[in-house]
Amino acid sequence: MLTHATVEESQKLEAVRSRLMEGQRSRGSLIPILQTIQKEMGYLPAEALDLVAGLLNISAGEVYGVASFYNQFRFNPPGKHQIKVCLGTACHVRGGDIILENFERKLDIKEGHTTEDREFSLERVACVGCCALAPVVLMNEKTHGYMSPSKVEGLFTQLEIAKKKSESNKTDGSE
Amino acid sequence: MAQNNDRINQALQALREKAAGQWREFTGSTIPRIHIGMATCGLAAGAQETRDAFEAQLKKDNIQAVIHPIGCHGHCYAEPLVIIDHPASGLPPIMYQKVNEGKAVMLVKNFLKGNDPLLEHMYGAMEESDTIPAVMLFPRFNMEKRVIMDKCGRINPADINEYLALGGYAALGAALSLAPEAIVETVTASGLRGRGGAGFPTGRKWQFAAQQNAAEKVVVCNADEGDPGAYMDRTILESNPHQVIEGMIICARAIGAGRGVMYVRAEYPLAVKLVTRALEQARELNLLGQNILGSDFSFDIEVFQGSGAFVCGEETALIRSVEGYRGMPRHRPPFPVEHGLNGRPTVINNVKTLATIAPIIENGAEWFRSIGTEKSPGTAIFSIVGHVLYPGLVEIPMGETLRSLIFDICGGIPDKREFKAVQIGGPSGGCLPASFLDTPIDFDSLTAAGAMMGSGGMVVMNDETCMVNVARYFLDFTQKESCGKCTFCRIGTRHLLEILDRITKGQGKPEDLARLEWLAAAVKQGSLCGLGKTAPNPVITSLKYFRQEYEAHINDGVCPALMCRDLIAYYIDLDKCARGCDACVGCCPTEAIFTTANRKKGIDQEKCIKCGECRHVCIPLYNAVGKASPPGTVPMIEKPKVPVKDND
Repeated sequence: MLTHATVEESQKLEAVRSRLMEGQRSRGSLIPILQTIQKEMGYLPAEALDLVAGLLNISAGEVYGVASFYNQFRFNPPGKHQIKVCLGTACHVRGGDIILENFERKLDIKEGHTTEDREFSLERVACVGCCALAPVVLMNEKTHGYMSPSKVEGLFTQLEIAKKKSESNKTDGSE
Repeated sequence: MAQNNDRINQALQALREKAAGQWREFTGSTIPRIHIGMATCGLAAGAQETRDAFEAQLKKDNIQAVIHPIGCHGHCYAEPLVIIDHPASGLPPIMYQKVNEGKAVMLVKNFLKGNDPLLEHMYGAMEESDTIPAVMLFPRFNMEKRVIMDKCGRINPADINEYLALGGYAALGAALSLAPEAIVETVTASGLRGRGGAGFPTGRKWQFAAQQNAAEKVVVCNADEGDPGAYMDRTILESNPHQVIEGMIICARAIGAGRGVMYVRAEYPLAVKLVTRALEQARELNLLGQNILGSDFSFDIEVFQGSGAFVCGEETALIRSVEGYRGMPRHRPPFPVEHGLNGRPTVINNVKTLATIAPIIENGAEWFRSIGTEKSPGTAIFSIVGHVLYPGLVEIPMGETLRSLIFDICGGIPDKREFKAVQIGGPSGGCLPASFLDTPIDFDSLTAAGAMMGSGGMVVMNDETCMVNVARYFLDFTQKESCGKCTFCRIGTRHLLEILDRITKGQGKPEDLARLEWLAAAVKQGSLCGLGKTAPNPVITSLKYFRQEYEAHINDGVCPALMCRDLIAYYIDLDKCARGCDACVGCCPTEAIFTTANRKKGIDQEKCIKCGECRHVCIPLYNAVGKASPPGTVPMIEKPKVPVKDND
């Protein structure tokens, strides 16, 4: 699924574009360019593929063909909180799939999807290399080891508490 | 030439003296030093929080101490790992395990402020002493032999001077004064075989590349460690990136390359960050760049982030992805050493191979040959995970047996369970049963047993692991990661997966086993690259060694290991369940557990998702939650029509 960027995102893309204009523009820089855009925007909107195609003088289909080959690139916006459940071998033998299911049930989405309010997105990853702490979950780049269904609940509770805290701080500040 | 060598040596000597001076100052002072392992596994276990707690408490108590972030020792089971070196106490440096925030505060209060080293929390002393047992006396340390990981966990990976101070870049100095042919000769004589898995002689690869007549050549470090269950490359890059960089520079010098590419997975953000910094520092000291150390040799390395395609670990696929295309392997020959990146002769070596180069140049080929076996000299690093007591990274001489690695060094199987199998070499490897425990670990013995060295990932499995399920897992992985170029790999692995999937759901047919065998052989034969050629290995070995398990699934609908979720059910043993204990109720994510008329617990099989959490939390004294296969055999417990209140 290819998503079109919002107005705000289009402006961001324009900023990336002017930066990329200065850099290297050979075929070999295709993947680094896509990585830069995804780092800035969180995903590759349809416009980004056109932009890269123009920069490198290849077709947008070719760009999409390369981008879709690699697991790293995504074509829809991620959630505010990105959850990645590791399903490496060590995580598998220690019940990683059950952890993934728990997130799916809790968020009511399947892996690879984003909740409607764009708060959470859920992904599976092949291995994050923390096998000794299996099963492992990454939430916003922080690794959580020795996961269990009750720890899944715990993570959401923590987020809830953090959210409430920042909200009450906000109201304090405005007064 | 001789004058040039003098200049190189002088330049290097100056760098090393400065670094050694700093190191002497650091280690010679009486200020306490707190070394914290801050590689990814340390961080995952909470090393950042531990560091923050140390900093806060030191400030609070107004104590002067240095916090020294280090890489990984490989002792992942003990993370966060902290070593406190407190010279004024008169004690040797002491290693503490599982140092959480609370322990950090206690250590500052009791050890640094008071004089109690809290020995009840320690792992052991880092040096031999009369008062405290040293870690070197434990098998986990004693039986290891560290060549590649020697400096891992001793230095701050973000500071090039610490690597220099411990003898780093000395090999580069030596290599620069040697003729390129002499470097290749030493590597060839050492008998080093590529640590990426295939075990091709490194010296020969270098020699081929050196012989190529081309204006430009390339050295690539393959750090696209995609095997699930393996993370030694990540650990080396995060703990001691310079040893790998040094190996790359020596390789470049030997084959005459001017450009280097460090191909690191994007899933390893910390490794990418530390490698990038290490390269900058090396450039600053002219260990990289134009006319390295005043010699006539120029070489630079760029970092390229892999984007999450397992097949890119294969060298021709890796090259395609650096060139900006889909990472699909191609036919060899021509080999990359003749026709590689952008058509230039290219040497691609694994992280571990490159990290071994500096020690070989420094100590000589003879020394290297004296470690390990005749045909597989040197050491091997394994990441041992799964059902062992002390998971982590272990570096041992080649030729040790699986038994001594799994049982003596890694402590064996926890929770009083039985060893069932060890999966070696990632998705491309095989599962070996207990009868292979005395197999020596080297390239040829493992291949003969039907597994392979692979990248060095080992997953130990206890008797609660279903081999059909594990084979299904690996096929699921390779099927997803197949690049799709070869029909056998693309469609064959899919069919294998579908058959395995059916079997684990209890829908297998008797003819499935023959079909699996036929298809596995066909995929092996019909695929172009290593991914497809080895994808059926888990199926082949598990069929060979655990056939009765397949038969139980197909003929009786039973999963003997009680792992396949469609074939098992959980139940509560009313004789063991304690009245009024609610441990299982609180943890059940689907509220499947109800209270029976006599205030014991039962499981509503309709609601149960078989996550096993109730079994996990049930107090060991009761041990009341059981599993059974097939699901129909669990004792039925009547659910009361009116819910029973716990406080009745």
